[in-house]
Amino acid sequence: MTMNTQGRPTAPGEAAVTATDTFTGNRALQIEEALLFEIGRYDVTGVDLDEPETFTPRLGKLARKTPIDLPGLSEPEAVRHYVRLSQKNYSIDSGLYPLGSCTMKHNPRLNEKMARLPGFADVHPLQPLSTVVGAVDLMAELGRWLLEMTGMTSVALSPKAGAHGELCGMMAIKAAIEAKGEPRNIVLVPESAHGTNPATAALIGFKVVTVPARADGTVDPEAVKALLSPQVAAIMLTNPNTCGLFERDVVEIAAAVHEAGAYFYCDGANFNAIVGKAKVGELGVDAMHINLHKTFSTPHGGGGPGAGPVVFSERLAAFAPLPFVRVTAEGPVLVENEIELEGGETPFGRMVAFHGQMGMFVRALSYMLSHGGDGLRQASEDAVLNANYVRVGLRDLMSQPSGDRTCMHEVLFDDHFLDGTGVTTLDFAKAMIDEGYHPMTMYFPLVVHGAMLIEPTESESKASLDLFVATLRDLVLKAKAGDTARFLEAPRFAPRRRLDETRAARQPKLKWEKPEPWSEAAE
Amino acid sequence: MRYLPLSGTDRSAMLARIGVPSIDDLFADIPKRLRVKGLDLPKAAGEMSVERTLGRLAAKNVPASTVPFFVGAGAYKHHVPASVDHLIQRSEFLTSYTPYQPEITQGTLQVLFEFQTQVANLTGMEVANASMYDGSTATAEAVLMAHRVTKRKKAVLAGGLHPHYRAVVETTSAMAGDNVVALAPDPAGTEDILAAIDGETSCVVVQSPSFYGHLIDLAPIAEKAHANGALLVAVFTEVMSLGLIEPPGAQGADIVVGEGQSIGNPLTFGGPYVGLFATRQKFVRQMPGRLCGETVDAEGRRGFVLTLSTREQHIRRDKATSNICTNSGLCALAFTIHMTLLGEKGLGRLARINHANAVELAEMLVEAPGVTLLNDSFFNEFTLRLPKDAAEVVEALAARGILAGVPVSRLEPGRPDLANLLVVASTEVNTVEDRTAFAAALQEVLA
Repeated sequence: MTMNTQGRPTAPGEAAVTATDTFTGNRALQIEEALLFEIGRYDVTGVDLDEPETFTPRLGKLARKTPIDLPGLSEPEAVRHYVRLSQKNYSIDSGLYPLGSCTMKHNPRLNEKMARLPGFADVHPLQPLSTVVGAVDLMAELGRWLLEMTGMTSVALSPKAGAHGELCGMMAIKAAIEAKGEPRNIVLVPESAHGTNPATAALIGFKVVTVPARADGTVDPEAVKALLSPQVAAIMLTNPNTCGLFERDVVEIAAAVHEAGAYFYCDGANFNAIVGKAKVGELGVDAMHINLHKTFSTPHGGGGPGAGPVVFSERLAAFAPLPFVRVTAEGPVLVENEIELEGGETPFGRMVAFHGQMGMFVRALSYMLSHGGDGLRQASEDAVLNANYVRVGLRDLMSQPSGDRTCMHEVLFDDHFLDGTGVTTLDFAKAMIDEGYHPMTMYFPLVVHGAMLIEPTESESKASLDLFVATLRDLVLKAKAGDTARFLEAPRFAPRRRLDETRAARQPKLKWEKPEPWSEAAE
Repeated sequence: MRYLPLSGTDRSAMLARIGVPSIDDLFADIPKRLRVKGLDLPKAAGEMSVERTLGRLAAKNVPASTVPFFVGAGAYKHHVPASVDHLIQRSEFLTSYTPYQPEITQGTLQVLFEFQTQVANLTGMEVANASMYDGSTATAEAVLMAHRVTKRKKAVLAGGLHPHYRAVVETTSAMAGDNVVALAPDPAGTEDILAAIDGETSCVVVQSPSFYGHLIDLAPIAEKAHANGALLVAVFTEVMSLGLIEPPGAQGADIVVGEGQSIGNPLTFGGPYVGLFATRQKFVRQMPGRLCGETVDAEGRRGFVLTLSTREQHIRRDKATSNICTNSGLCALAFTIHMTLLGEKGLGRLARINHANAVELAEMLVEAPGVTLLNDSFFNEFTLRLPKDAAEVVEALAARGILAGVPVSRLEPGRPDLANLLVVASTEVNTVEDRTAFAAALQEVLA
């Protein structure tokens, strides 16, 4: 979920060694691959097209005079280039990917197949509505599932990702406050929150006030009450929280927030733990985004795309942005413009061009239909069962910041168990890479020292978890036994050793530049 | 359930190991009265059943490939080479997370470095980020960035900006307490943008080709903006146009944003797409979004990492340049692969085909009675004034099996002066038969 912000600087140290002496620099299946710009040529293209017949251009005086500077590759070269690059990536398809809060669960291929049906992939957002009836029906159906699972009143499907969903929810809250003419400009955010929460609140002019956490990482209703005032617009709370715990006082917190005239925004990043177990509408939540790319299995794609629909309580339902799907007796209607609004519909504006991440809607609905209501509940139960199984497997060797207690879908450790070993959380994570695992989320949440947040998800078998637990136990024992080189030099077997992040930031090189001296003759 | 590996026996053994009698004991923190008994949703379904259900919905839509298709206005039907969709479905790309552990995500990182370079070169800028959600949100972010750079709060939006983009900027600005001066819709491409720039202007946002298809000369706008201490934010919705027209970077733009869908990505009813974002080196620390940078590893070998992250939300929290986290990684990959296959040789040719098709189509359509072309210049899209309501004409043509374009009233409803305007796009997918059919049907409908 987050990057190294506190760990050992990842500059090459004395541990640097040269481990390869092959002519190519390759190591069997690990093939070095040059940049496209080093292997491409300006007179090569991998797409066969016929030059158009003579015509009179209508470009005015704006025809391109500047060279584009983009080399091309033939199809075989391009395929090999990108296949080789792909082989330098870890993925959920190749192994356990326990990034806490990121929910790296299996991505069913049926979803991909469905999203590629021409009726979904090959329709334009602005072709006549009479030719996209099935697309609007699908949006309505997805909305129905999300509202049933959350017990909420209305849904905005258009936000493009989790953080965009947060923005949507907070904009609705701001609109509701302005509609009442109230001068509320403070948003309460717990220390353990994702960085996107304070960033979102600040983006639209709210002042962020931090709520201190209790020793176990949960939010104390008394601490919230002490901060509530007529200036408070909302609280942004993640539940289950980023320590992997269900906020057991959530109902009391919601009541106090509402009593003070404020709204309750829930960060739904961890919704996958409670589908079919609790409805956020009944917990007092007023708005929550749902990461379709976490809970509902749409692939993360190396950083996106995601989708972040937002569900609203009755208090905020009317403020859902354009476009939205209005459910009528004659069927669902896509409402795109203010002029089409009916009584009681007061959207705060528009967040995106067109209608949202249709490709993700199809994948998520495919996942939901496959599971059914009971299967979704079972998935949440298995996710929580797997996390607790890992917790119990490691609790005697690793340290938990709030003592040993039941967790939800992810289990949080701190670095106390590494005291005196000379090994940091970062080193420990890098050693996991050599064992064939993607590390857990490190140094997040910020409230825990050297945090390691493990989310195995429901996609792992018992045998997979047994091996994972055994591997981590072995690493802990090795760290405690003084085998520090194994950690400080890690990763030793990955496509790259530790990378110099300091250098990257101090001398930013953000695009490929032609080497000097450069001349056409040298090509 | 086929996606859940745990068997009943596994679950019992695991509960025993944890030391609780039932799964509900693990949910003990949820107050009892709030625990859900069940959901009013269908039961689990096998692959065949899901395919049937979703196949029925898909069959109620008309795919672009099945008809003469001329719909654009911010999303474009292009041909995507087969290898692109194959490569982006490689497990290691598709099912990887954001590259937070660079030693085992060099594949994604090198792709991002290639993507950033391609976008920077194509736009004529010095630096590009690793993608935004789409063109509209990238535009809103560009305005926020311009406010940070200039320490002013007034954005001027040209009348040729896509109406949805304008709405996204207006919504964001209203919420953030910033000012927006949106010029009236400019279907003729003749507005006086220069007059709207003054000493309080943070940025002027100009789309070229405009929503109505006009190619806008950005150089004088950049000059006036800079003379007033403002930035020029150049916007495009059709990235393919950059294969044929002078890039915004060469015309003085300070920030260039746009929609990258046309390269590598299908229409998909509006998303997911890929926002492109490029700027000058001197503004890099005010940029939103992720950046990939080159460095070396402990053995001195070249490698790539996410960098300059002190701008970002996970480090800076409420002081971040943006709240963006997940972006459009896989769509950026599709863009990069398609662009690599094209190269500048293929891109230039593809752009010429688009332009040639549009020129020919425009010449054919103005033959219909009462139809006038509003553009002196255009790339692959132009605006027609029809002798009657454009939405009605589009419906009549749809009934004849032709998807003819976007009536401006779909995005600018309730404006009689725009009701007869039709935005028409033509790309490489259109054949001469498509164009002939469209022109003939338009003649009929207007007769």
